[in-house]
Amino acid sequence: MRDIRVQTADFDPATELARLEALDVGAVASFTGLVRGDDGVAALTLEHYPGMTEKVLRALGDEAASRWALAGVSLIHRVGRLGRGARIVFVGTASAHRADALESCAFLIDRLKTDAPFWKSEEVGGAPRWVAARDGDQEAADRWR
Amino acid sequence: MPVQILYFAKVREEVGVATEAVDVPASIATISELADWLACRSAGHAQAFANREHLRVAADQVMVTFDTPLSDGMEIAFFPPVTGG
Repeated sequence: MRDIRVQTADFDPATELARLEALDVGAVASFTGLVRGDDGVAALTLEHYPGMTEKVLRALGDEAASRWALAGVSLIHRVGRLGRGARIVFVGTASAHRADALESCAFLIDRLKTDAPFWKSEEVGGAPRWVAARDGDQEAADRWR
Repeated sequence: MPVQILYFAKVREEVGVATEAVDVPASIATISELADWLACRSAGHAQAFANREHLRVAADQVMVTFDTPLSDGMEIAFFPPVTGG
């Protein structure tokens, strides 16, 4: 099972996990990313490169499936304006074994952060500003290369 | 040579447009040369292309380096380092 989506609508992690559990394998791992409220950030607006985004996410799903024994991969990323605490991204993997599920889940979120063409603008005190990329994210992605 | 240019995020704001169809002189062979040529189009373009270290580029929706050769009808996108997830 491969489910890759870019959408403005919210998603329900319980529903997504149930889909992975229905594959009837031994292990399901997931990551949910939320809008952090630090530094007075009231909301984020996410922009992306339609077409390329989906291509990159599909390629990451393919790479995960070639490196680990996976029965299912879910990759959901929201775009548009998201308030503090809102869900941004869901990564879910299903496998017969926990190591494959956990490692592939970490791989997918680490590489998504450096490879997929999304950009965050954050609102602080009513004014928008572009979020800068972090060196730590590049280092986290590089450990999978 | 016709090339479709796309800009995203801060780069789009600096340039002032999201897309532009340009006819590139035949003397321009690489994306790096294209970037130098585009930088001359306006003050906004000059600002967007001033610091290559803060610029990423995709050719036909695949991330590439600036030394990539340019070809007819390519879709070239310029944008800042990505910040999704």
